[in-house]
Amino acid sequence: MIVTTRTAPHNAAGMPPPWGLYDPAYEHDSCGVGFVAQLDGTATHALLDKAVHVLVNLEHRGAVGGDKSTGDGAGLLMQIPDAFLRDEFQACGVALPVRGDYAIGTVFLPADPARAQRCQRTFATIIAAEGGELLGWRDVPVVPDGLGVMALSTLPLIKQIALGRGAIAPDAFERKLYVIRRRIEKEVAAWRDGDYSQFYIPSLSSVTVVYKGMLTGTQLLTFFPDFQDARFISAFAIVHQRFSTNTLPTWSLAQPFRHVAHNGEINTLRGNANRMRALSALFASPLLGEDLEKIKPIIVEGGSDSAMFDNALELLIMAGRSLPHAAMMMVPEAWGSKYLMSEDKRAFYEYHAAIMEPWDGPAAMVITDGRYIGALLDRNGLRPARYTVTRDGLIVMASETGALEIPGENILKRGRLQPGKMFLVDLQQHRIVSDAEIKATISRQQPYRRWVRENAITLRGLFAPSDMPKTSPAALLRAQHAFGYTEEELKLIIAPMASQGQEPIGSMGNDAALAVFSKRARSVFDYFKQLFAQVTNPPIDPLREELVMSLMSFIGRVGNILDETPVHCRQLKLSHPLLTPDDLARLRNAKHPDIVVHELAMLFPAHGGGEALAAALDALCVQGAAAVRNGATILILTDRALDAAHVPIPALLATAGLHHHLIREGLRTMAGIVVETGEAREVNHFCLLIGYGASAICPYLALATVCDLAEQGLLENPLEAEAAADLYITAVKKGILKTLSRMGISTVRSYRGAQIFEALGIHKAVIDRYFTGTASRIGGIGLEEIAHEAQLRHQRGFPTRGTLDPLLDTGGEYLARVDGEAHLWTPTTIYKLQLATRAKDYQVFKEYTHGIDDQSKQHLTLRSLFDFKLGTQVPLDEVEPVEAITKRFVTAAMSYGSIGKETHEAIAIALNRLGGRSNSGEGGEDPARYVPLPNGDRRTSRIKQVASGRFGVTAEYLVNADELQIKIAQGAKPGEGGQLPGHKVSPDIARVRHTTPYVTLISPPPHHDIYSIEDLQQLIYDLKMVNPRANVSVKLVSEVGVGTIAAGVAKAKADLVLIAGYDGGTGASPLTSIKHCGLPWELGLAETHHALIANGLRDRIIVQADGQMRTGRDIVIAALLGAEQFGFGTAVLVTLGCIMMRKCHLNTCPVGVATQDETLRARFTGSPDYVECFLRFIAQDVREHMAQLGFRTMDEMIGQVELLDFRPALDHWKTRGVDLQRLLAPPPANGTRRCIRTQEHELAKALDVELLALAAPAFEHGTAVCCDLPIRNVNRTVGAMLSGEITRRYGAQGLPPDTLRFNFTGSAGQSFGAFVTRGVTLRVEGDTNDYLGKGLSGGKLIVVPPRDAHFVPHENIITGNVALYGATAGEVYIYGMAGERFAVRNSGAIAVVEGVGDHGCEYMTGGIVVVLGPTGVNFAAGMSGGIAYVYDDNELLGMRSNLDMVDLESVWTERDKRQLHTLLERHLQYTGSARARLLLDTWETAYPLFVKVMPMDYKRALERIKQHEFSDDEAVSASEEVFQTP
Amino acid sequence: MAKPTGFIEFPRVDPAKQNVAQRLTHYREFEPLLPGDELTRQAARCMDCGIPACHLYGCPVVNLIPDWNDMLYRGHWRRALDLLHKTNNFPEVTGRVCPAPCEAACVLAINQPAVTIKQLELQIIERGFREGWVVPQRPALKTGKSVAIIGAGPAGLAAAQQLARHGHTVVVFEKDDRIGGLLRYGIPDFKLEKWVLDRRLEQMLAEGVVFEPSVNVGRDLSVALVRARFDALLITTGAGVPRELPVPGRQLTGVHCAMEFLAQNNRRLAGETIPKSQGISAKGKQVIVIGGGDTGSDCIGTSLRQGAISVTQLELLPKPPEQRVERNPWPEWPGILRTSSSQEEGCERIWSVDTKECIGTHGAVEKLRCVRLAWTAVEVAGRRTFKEVPNSHFELPAQLVLLAMGFVHVEHGPLVEDLHLPLDARGNILADENHMTAVPGVFVAGDAHVGASLVVRAINFGRRAAAGVDAYLLGT
Repeated sequence: MIVTTRTAPHNAAGMPPPWGLYDPAYEHDSCGVGFVAQLDGTATHALLDKAVHVLVNLEHRGAVGGDKSTGDGAGLLMQIPDAFLRDEFQACGVALPVRGDYAIGTVFLPADPARAQRCQRTFATIIAAEGGELLGWRDVPVVPDGLGVMALSTLPLIKQIALGRGAIAPDAFERKLYVIRRRIEKEVAAWRDGDYSQFYIPSLSSVTVVYKGMLTGTQLLTFFPDFQDARFISAFAIVHQRFSTNTLPTWSLAQPFRHVAHNGEINTLRGNANRMRALSALFASPLLGEDLEKIKPIIVEGGSDSAMFDNALELLIMAGRSLPHAAMMMVPEAWGSKYLMSEDKRAFYEYHAAIMEPWDGPAAMVITDGRYIGALLDRNGLRPARYTVTRDGLIVMASETGALEIPGENILKRGRLQPGKMFLVDLQQHRIVSDAEIKATISRQQPYRRWVRENAITLRGLFAPSDMPKTSPAALLRAQHAFGYTEEELKLIIAPMASQGQEPIGSMGNDAALAVFSKRARSVFDYFKQLFAQVTNPPIDPLREELVMSLMSFIGRVGNILDETPVHCRQLKLSHPLLTPDDLARLRNAKHPDIVVHELAMLFPAHGGGEALAAALDALCVQGAAAVRNGATILILTDRALDAAHVPIPALLATAGLHHHLIREGLRTMAGIVVETGEAREVNHFCLLIGYGASAICPYLALATVCDLAEQGLLENPLEAEAAADLYITAVKKGILKTLSRMGISTVRSYRGAQIFEALGIHKAVIDRYFTGTASRIGGIGLEEIAHEAQLRHQRGFPTRGTLDPLLDTGGEYLARVDGEAHLWTPTTIYKLQLATRAKDYQVFKEYTHGIDDQSKQHLTLRSLFDFKLGTQVPLDEVEPVEAITKRFVTAAMSYGSIGKETHEAIAIALNRLGGRSNSGEGGEDPARYVPLPNGDRRTSRIKQVASGRFGVTAEYLVNADELQIKIAQGAKPGEGGQLPGHKVSPDIARVRHTTPYVTLISPPPHHDIYSIEDLQQLIYDLKMVNPRANVSVKLVSEVGVGTIAAGVAKAKADLVLIAGYDGGTGASPLTSIKHCGLPWELGLAETHHALIANGLRDRIIVQADGQMRTGRDIVIAALLGAEQFGFGTAVLVTLGCIMMRKCHLNTCPVGVATQDETLRARFTGSPDYVECFLRFIAQDVREHMAQLGFRTMDEMIGQVELLDFRPALDHWKTRGVDLQRLLAPPPANGTRRCIRTQEHELAKALDVELLALAAPAFEHGTAVCCDLPIRNVNRTVGAMLSGEITRRYGAQGLPPDTLRFNFTGSAGQSFGAFVTRGVTLRVEGDTNDYLGKGLSGGKLIVVPPRDAHFVPHENIITGNVALYGATAGEVYIYGMAGERFAVRNSGAIAVVEGVGDHGCEYMTGGIVVVLGPTGVNFAAGMSGGIAYVYDDNELLGMRSNLDMVDLESVWTERDKRQLHTLLERHLQYTGSARARLLLDTWETAYPLFVKVMPMDYKRALERIKQHEFSDDEAVSASEEVFQTP
Repeated sequence: MAKPTGFIEFPRVDPAKQNVAQRLTHYREFEPLLPGDELTRQAARCMDCGIPACHLYGCPVVNLIPDWNDMLYRGHWRRALDLLHKTNNFPEVTGRVCPAPCEAACVLAINQPAVTIKQLELQIIERGFREGWVVPQRPALKTGKSVAIIGAGPAGLAAAQQLARHGHTVVVFEKDDRIGGLLRYGIPDFKLEKWVLDRRLEQMLAEGVVFEPSVNVGRDLSVALVRARFDALLITTGAGVPRELPVPGRQLTGVHCAMEFLAQNNRRLAGETIPKSQGISAKGKQVIVIGGGDTGSDCIGTSLRQGAISVTQLELLPKPPEQRVERNPWPEWPGILRTSSSQEEGCERIWSVDTKECIGTHGAVEKLRCVRLAWTAVEVAGRRTFKEVPNSHFELPAQLVLLAMGFVHVEHGPLVEDLHLPLDARGNILADENHMTAVPGVFVAGDAHVGASLVVRAINFGRRAAAGVDAYLLGT
């Protein structure tokens, strides 16, 4: 056993203290979850055995920590086993009253006996005070053998308490127990005189009891001997296996909680918690009465997101709502117009939208109140939930099918939980209650529809305004100056938004100064960086899956949410958060009794400094609070009245300040905040205002600017002012959706106040007061500086002398200008670098590095504030050679497509020469490049990237790699997919990517096989299986909390984690993403290093950093902060000729680097020699620094943070407040600071090892092999290792079809048939889990139900979600239904299936899919190639499809008929499908009911090919020629 | 950028100059403007670069080239003009006489002919004047502070305009009888007709600038008096001391400094009569111009127009390469062979040649004795060196020799002496980054500060000095 040394002091519960940049508060968790229930309510011990069995079979979804035996947590919630506990307590001398009249509590007590006793005494006091009767305590027997070191060292004393009902009324018993528990929790939490962190009450109920701990599933059984007792029985059990990305989980955070077990993450937690706190001021409940005060605060800080969710749900239930009702409020399904649902249900959701925002984020929840056990899935359905109902009344629901083996004949139904749906098991009525029934009942329990219709207030219903006066050009100019508008913003941001209705796209990274380093007056908005989803939760796809998102919200006074009345929805309903000046006039003039508007001026006196600003803010907050107390329901913050004497308060500061003031005063939910500001103009501004509490924004100056641009004819299209304003608003709306989606949030209601930002360069004092709870890790400016910046802008608008400048400030943020923002790349640094590498002149190179490194005149990067401490110098010739250092160099992922062939290959050749690694990027690789050139140069990229688009990710691609990189996020656009504009998709690129030429390629924002950390673990396993020789790396982007994610990645067994800076390059990305998302790598790297060390994981994972690395100094700083390898992107392109045009997305690169245009490619003058020379020079530069610092090898240098010195920039009025000391927190002396061992992937246990042995005859003699084998859900990624081996031996063509045939029986684990290659046929009789046929590369997969099963296959789920993701070739036949996102990004495989869930054939670019049954919503979204045939006998396909890119046609050509007929025949042949037989038997009447789904672009491409066939041109092959013209 | 593919679609087009025979018959400008639709296409060639080296590296006056190109392409001439004036007070001058380092630094010039930036600049400002958009910009408020500017060349004039617009009282002293300095007297009319200058001076007068020509501060007016009368003093007297040719025979008649020759011709064209005794003419003479720079070219064009029989130009340096060499990459100013419009009008150019003696009987020059030079290929301390080629002496007949070998530094007259201004190693006036000399309140800009350079630099330095003066006057 490997003993891991604790590296930082923890409290008794095991939570490490914040250290350096690592803060355990940023933890996330994901997991396996499930329940087992017996419908007839019979409690048995066997049922518990089954539940534990499920848990054990889900173990691969959990994680173990650095010591390899401490589980992240496992637990079980069950009915109280009355007989068992009666006997047990009897043995302790406690007689339990009749069932129902006593409660059992499982209690974690401090291990310290004195402290434990003190806690126990408190129980006695409080129980007595609440009228209960303490019956006694029982020591819960535990066997700690085999627990991990971490679990053992934090093991609490575990006892059960028995509590009599005493004087409490029977129907109030559970509520009173809740009150008792809260009181005790609060009491203990208040003790400051000792470490009581271990104290926790997992359950206290008269119905249920919880057993849980810092365990694995297997350990749960042995740890609690109770489980072995035959009297230990229950009719249901909820189980949970945790994968926490915080590697030091605690006993208390194991799940289930009292009512909930959650697989997923709540993204909007901060906002939800704040709001719950604010709402609590108005709580009133006849049921809870006076007790309400005792239970507040409702949300227990320090809990996980799931724990807080449990807190809120518990309150709603205790206050009287039914369990399903409360769940529907907190996790509403999508109810937009695209969804067919009853008006009553829609009204239910609308009504509750006025009361409560969704707790948004991926969630598969199991809920219970003791009577009902249910499960629900959030609207995106990004967590798997499969269930089986047996003929003898057993219900098994779990993250995976097959978690419990059930004989085929006993299966009554197999299904999956669909997005937004719920189902309940009613143990009293002994039946399953369907989603439809639950929701129909609840949505009609009150006349919600009438309540909404009669009460909701709309803007149109308010008084209509008279014509608004138009702003004069002079006033407009003045205001633009005063709010700091720049010429660049007009041209690059506002005009494109108003011309095209969407955010402008840009390219390359950000090399401009951070706001806090800028010498210009920067807006407060610029000091905030957006956070984004990575790994622990997926981003949403706002483009293809917009239907789940919503911008609708209510503004006004929210009452007591524990009650429901018609008045609750008497609020202003807005379809989106943007108001025009007309809208605002309506609001101001409203006479409606519930619209009480109070205005607050966002202004402070000119020439006043920080104090004047603070005073103005105070006054604003006080007035706002007073107004709310006096009845205002809407507060309008306005800066319209600015003049020479009054400076606008930065809108974000005022909004956030007021928001937090109202929260503190308990008034927040009594009024909405509307911001009327001239300052907001780009998407990020609106998002920030909403994220800090604004309900609506009127950007009057931006709109006036748009109108002015339109009238002056400065927009791209000649537009009327009004049309331009509409487009601008559309662009903002789309941008907000995109921002929400980046974080995985669906509705603006939950985004509001969620504060999903990190401040970069703002002082703690400002944060604590105005932006409470926001991360701000490097300090920075205070109110004085903010006031000064506001004054500087104001002065331009109101100059004290001279005239108003007819031109605005230049800007220079995006395109460099002399008087604009400072940039690292200048003409001089660029040409010196090019000259140095072309002439191989190290002297010139040093001039270049000096130009970058010397930022003494103007700081641009965080690292410029570091200095090296001088170590003991060593002679330069003792430092390891250049070659040893260049091995650590990699190039950033740049796809063939974003850059040209010449560039791509030059980079690969250079890195191969140096022993470094180039990265294929997300665009596949031409197999021709696997063959070395005659001169020995190799053009292949040693790193092959696996990104969400999976373009060209075949088995062949994967085995030809030394490293496989999973791109979770990219610095330039974290939380988004990539995009390759159509004009760059040349025929050659289309071929390599398996797509259609000239059709824009969009990678989905999420990997559809990574919705959580356990999914990432699965993908890592998949890749390892197909290519065990390759290291698997995971690319993350720096943001607060990235360290904890990296720790999770380490536990998911990645070999390498890459921390990318936010500023890295891109071929195309929205400007908002380039500028405002993510953080510099310095922060992310340091945090990652700290988190890995703190959790004992640093030794097993290599850390790499990239993001605008340019010089040896950059590398050395990264190494000292903990990086072992280093990535270069932009600088490498510059050596090849890039001159930072930032036009990659336009395909007009004038130096032929980033274009596919033949004429321009001819202008490419780069050479691998230049790249090689550059990296050698860098290494030499590094060596020189090493000699100075006293390191002979890089290994010695990694993590030696003590040699860095932070030197504040005292001479700059803004920058002087920046403090980077936290980055330099030295690790404990004994901590390992670099990777010294490899991960244990345990591939030897894989079923494929057996398959490989069985396949030997085929390998040796080419004979066919056919075997029958059992299979279970723990057999994952079956077929991949076999296929990898075949591909390695025989290349992409594999073996002759059906050479290897394996017939399995049982439930196959995840990724069954992944990357299976030609020659392999896998058949399963039973069912399969998620990711069937992922990356299928030519093999054949067949799934059929158990032959003795009684259910109707085409109505039952037999394969999970996301089947055939990224498949490129092969065939699949599924005799049954598949889950969500069937054949997403399929680019060549053929599949027949009998029904699919939502988002079928999404992003498909090739292949054929035949669906013989129903489809879910959003079918064919983003489908740009391939064909789908859908049997549509009820003619609903049109409504269920996303018709943006496809046409629906009939099957009428002979060719189509023949194709369909053949596929049906094969389906029948392989599966024996009854449905296929029926359709073939009635062919003439059946085929007309098929709909052919045809992508429009694909059709055009095919037509072009066809035309060409008939023309008599002979010279050029058709597919090349016809695609020449887009 | 309105036309992303403009640079691929349209070739560079330069205006067709008048043919040589024709243009030698007059002293007017001979390059017509481009027609409007061609202009739009030329503007469309601008790529709106991420790092526009034209603006950031090439243009000394940091013209917002991509921005006004964009406006021009879209037909927003007025806005283009505002953008142009934002950085440059006299685009009508730079649009005519600037060697256009912006075009050398144009990103497109890496592998294609550069955007016709200079031509477009000229068109914007000429259109501006035509449309009446160039109007006086009078300050809203007078500051009550006063500035004396000494020297009415491009630096002084740019500074004067800036300071006047800032509300200061500005008086420009000029030793010559007319305002303009080198613009008036140094640049021949065929490159810059003088009405162009007068047109701009009118605007400045209307903005309140007071011109005091024929006042040589230090001689006609004491420096102390000027110091006492004004709150600040800005010296923009140029680098008036020409580089001499220290050889036997320099004193012969017919050997003149270029500036004597050029200024006289400009005066003549302006209608002044030059006393016959002082007259210098190339008519009917074999002319040798020593020095291969812009001034040399101006001598050639002027000589040819005066009726010289032949013009020969001598250059010390070796003949430059036709193409950029590796060590002289974009966006640096290319050290390549160029032929100026005057050179193309007819002259013989001899490189790697040094003049050893001017020879003449009767006190007038008749011929030059020269020697060929061999240049070393390697730089020593950043410079290449030469040796005379043994036995390579030769003689050239010449009745007029014009010395155009550049200028050494500012005149070290009473101005410098009375103020005790410290000088740098090259003899120019030292100043800090705000252009203030060692004497508080005394500023310097242009050639007097940095040595002889381009008009466009002078304008920029004038503007920067004005900012320094302004900050000084307002105590910020």
